Amino acid sequence: MDADVIVIGAGIVGAACAQALAQAGRRVLVLDARLGGATGAGMGHLVVMDDNPAELALSRHSIAQWHAWVPRMSEDCAFSGCGTLWIAANAQEMAEAERKQQRLREHGIAAHLLDALALSRAEPALRKGLAGALEVPGDAILYAPNAARWLLAQGGASIRVEHAKVEAIEDDGVLTLADGRRRTAPQVVLANGIQATALCPELPIRPKKGHLLITDRYPGTVHHQLVELGYVSSAHHSDGDSVAFNAQPRPTGQLLVGSSRQFGTTDPAVEAPMLARMLQRALDYLPGLADLNAVRSWTGLRAASPDGLPLLGQHPWREKLWLAVGHEGLGVTTAPGSARLLAALMTGAAPEFDAAPYAPRGLQEVVP
Amino acid sequence: MSAVASHTLLHVNGHLVRVKAGSSVAAALCVATGAGVARISVTGEARAPFCGMGVCQECRVWIDGRRRLACQTVSAEGMRVETTE
Repeated sequence: MDADVIVIGAGIVGAACAQALAQAGRRVLVLDARLGGATGAGMGHLVVMDDNPAELALSRHSIAQWHAWVPRMSEDCAFSGCGTLWIAANAQEMAEAERKQQRLREHGIAAHLLDALALSRAEPALRKGLAGALEVPGDAILYAPNAARWLLAQGGASIRVEHAKVEAIEDDGVLTLADGRRRTAPQVVLANGIQATALCPELPIRPKKGHLLITDRYPGTVHHQLVELGYVSSAHHSDGDSVAFNAQPRPTGQLLVGSSRQFGTTDPAVEAPMLARMLQRALDYLPGLADLNAVRSWTGLRAASPDGLPLLGQHPWREKLWLAVGHEGLGVTTAPGSARLLAALMTGAAPEFDAAPYAPRGLQEVVP
Repeated sequence: MSAVASHTLLHVNGHLVRVKAGSSVAAALCVATGAGVARISVTGEARAPFCGMGVCQECRVWIDGRRRLACQTVSAEGMRVETTE
């Protein structure tokens, strides 16, 4: 046996799982192929999402855990408690902001409504004529690749990380590596995001491509993570390509601008038409963006499940295998809660909240 | 007959700098500071033009109030260039 548990994937979800399992007394071996994934490509936005009660429970517990870690987290995790402003463009979206505030408050999450004047004072760079916003001050941002490394380091000698690509998961749960070596442990956690279907084609995980762009440093231009409320109510809920305004003030003074979603492609190339559409949407909210200098744009793939919730729990038929996959665009937020839930299930402890909504589902056995 | 000016005068951090007409702002930075420092990085390191073709983004400076790449901008008469922090 190489460890008590092997975790496949050292992104934010794998790292959090390793940390939680080490905390539960397990010796953990993390295998990472260093392919890079959503952890390195995404925005690192810690955001309470409330599309459904299960998403709310997972993001709420997770953000509480992030906040508990903040005092100990390394400087290079670049945590910033900037909060989120959900921007309402019109009266209809303002009504949605009020409903969202109700839902959050019912779960003890602070959220304040800003009218048009208060919004223009809070964020003068936004265009005039917006209806207002909902401020969620407990939301935050961090630099996820370093946060993942920090989490792995928290395990001390209990977490060992090995650079290795898992080629196959055998029927008996033994892992075959790309160089032919093998690794085995009583329990294995699959937490390799978009790569999960290469090892388990039965998983209902689809790539959702996203574009991001980062500007040069313009400190003080934007103060909160800004997200259009339409992000929730319309744009990204269709199956077609979509864009939505999302801008983040990096601690360096840079502006990180999103967002786009595309199905049916794994091509990592930046697509000019999609980038243009995304920036046009951002200009609708931040007209001054047109005068800023962009430094870089890139893409990433979100590992999306059909219902938007991650799959957390024991694989229905594969021996020894546990799943922590399908976190879509929310993995940095929901990694701590996912990890604690899974670690509880794996060690026979009582989960802090109901694990049922995340139980592995929608798997389709592929007949060769 | 109008003579084409052989040199361009521009300001780099308030100092008047004379370069051959058609020179990039990156060249003007070298004339002005020797090392050609364009900016100071987040970690406090001096940065200068590196790739010279608009890719590495190391030569970001303010030019007449806008952030530009020094290597991709031709010096112009009276231009005001400020290195960035």
